[in-house]
Amino acid sequence: MNPVIQAKGLQKSYGGHCVVDGLDLSIYKGECFGLLGPNGAGKTTTLRMLLGLIAPDAGTATLLDLPVPQAAREARIKVGVVPQMDNLDPDFTVAENLLVYGRYFGMQDSDIEARIPDLLDFASLTSKRDAKVPTLSGGMKRRLTLARALVNDPDVVFLDEPTTGLDPQARHLIWQRLRELTQQGKTLLLTTHFMDEAERLCHRLAVMDNGKLISEGSPRELIERNIEPQVVEVFGETSGQWADMHAANFAQRYEVSGESVFCYVPEAQPLVMHLQAQSTLRYLHRPANLEDVFLKLTGREMRE
Amino acid sequence: MSMGHFAAPRLTLRFFPIWRRHWLVWRKVAAPSILGHLADPVIYMLGLGYGLGSLLPEMGGMSYIAFLAAGTLCYSSMNSASFEALYSGFARMHEQRTWEAILNTPVALDDVVLSEILWAATKSLMSGAAVLVVIWILGLSHSLLSLWMIPLALLIGLAFAAIGLIMTALAPAYDFFMYYFTLVITPMMLLCGVFFPVSQLPEALQALAAALPLTHAVDLARPLMNGAVPPQALMHVGVLLTYTLAGFYISLVLFRRRLSR
Repeated sequence: MNPVIQAKGLQKSYGGHCVVDGLDLSIYKGECFGLLGPNGAGKTTTLRMLLGLIAPDAGTATLLDLPVPQAAREARIKVGVVPQMDNLDPDFTVAENLLVYGRYFGMQDSDIEARIPDLLDFASLTSKRDAKVPTLSGGMKRRLTLARALVNDPDVVFLDEPTTGLDPQARHLIWQRLRELTQQGKTLLLTTHFMDEAERLCHRLAVMDNGKLISEGSPRELIERNIEPQVVEVFGETSGQWADMHAANFAQRYEVSGESVFCYVPEAQPLVMHLQAQSTLRYLHRPANLEDVFLKLTGREMRE
Repeated sequence: MSMGHFAAPRLTLRFFPIWRRHWLVWRKVAAPSILGHLADPVIYMLGLGYGLGSLLPEMGGMSYIAFLAAGTLCYSSMNSASFEALYSGFARMHEQRTWEAILNTPVALDDVVLSEILWAATKSLMSGAAVLVVIWILGLSHSLLSLWMIPLALLIGLAFAAIGLIMTALAPAYDFFMYYFTLVITPMMLLCGVFFPVSQLPEALQALAAALPLTHAVDLARPLMNGAVPPQALMHVGVLLTYTLAGFYISLVLFRRRLSR
């Protein structure tokens, strides 16, 4: 089966700075694929190249078996996009946003009108059909943007940080809807820097930094491959001293970040027993997660 | 800038759904929009035409208000397209990100820019037609030839939308447009024969005026209003079309460059 989205050796520089550096990617039908990375890692530039909105300096890409950017217009007939920042039409109602957007795909008004009730239902916006966009909450706007991306019944949906800025309720509703889309056989490509989002939604993930893919696989694979299975976080004013004296005895790898010490261990029992005897320290024992992998791969220092 | 930015425009009918979008937005704000585009030029025309006109026996062989009326139609068409292409166009491109939303669909940038020019020209058409109605109501024109001022308003709109979009493509923010209005639009209003004949200007300024698009629009409008076929009509139309095509191409190249970053 051909990949729905494929990139080979994609490269893009802006002003001498390499933003995407030799990227290879294959995404298959029905997958939810997550592109993770800190700000400035090249995620959005990658999406824009895969959509054919900008031309790569080197490398090739195909979208739904069509070469992009050469045949991007034809490919995008079956693609939906949820952009990072809302760009709904503020002068229009919810339903008008869907109608006007459907026309850009060459759809007849009657065909769009026929789809609007289902789209509104999917976005839980049926009661807001005639509400103007500025009166909607952030979560409603995101859901409308998602509904708008589905107006042409796309095979592939690109989502650039779909839940950034939303409260937990709104995020959970979006996640539920995205799962429904993959169940319908649609292919999703999303960028995010929320590890819980990636872990819950994505079948496969790629971690990106400085324009390169540095690790790729299912969430479970990424954790197994990159990091010890157990994490013990140690907190307290004396955690630094404790780390200098004891951490290396229990953990082959540990990181100090402020007043926290992160110990990565295959077996946490000896460390936990030791910590129970330290009255000035608090600790948290948990399984390793994707965030640990992400921080290990991309570092703890701030970006931008 | 890459070579691809210089490719010839690829024009398709896909501009039309975008034009319809602008139309739908306009319908929602039609009342203040009509007021702004009609009341302002008409107040100037009546105030200056009757006030200043009472001091002037005639100008260019007609009453001053009749002289001013043809110029008013031209400059109000110019202003409509300019404001639309600069301020509203910039809002759609930059602030509201409407272009970004549209470009994610099977519509190309060439179609988006074409839709901007045609929409701004539509605003000129509406504005020119509105001024023409006032001209008729005041009895300033009795010739069917004056109907040609409606397509002329559209042509003025095309030319000024195309030139204006060059500024939109270069603008970092709204403030930037003040340069254009102060240094291009205002001088054009005063040099191109709207308020007084170009022949009253010093020769150097007359030569400058001859190169400006509004002069050619006024040279077409004034005879048409008075029921005469404008001398050198094809040349004047040709100049306005040249501004349109050059502005469209230059702005398109600049938009391609801007949006590829």
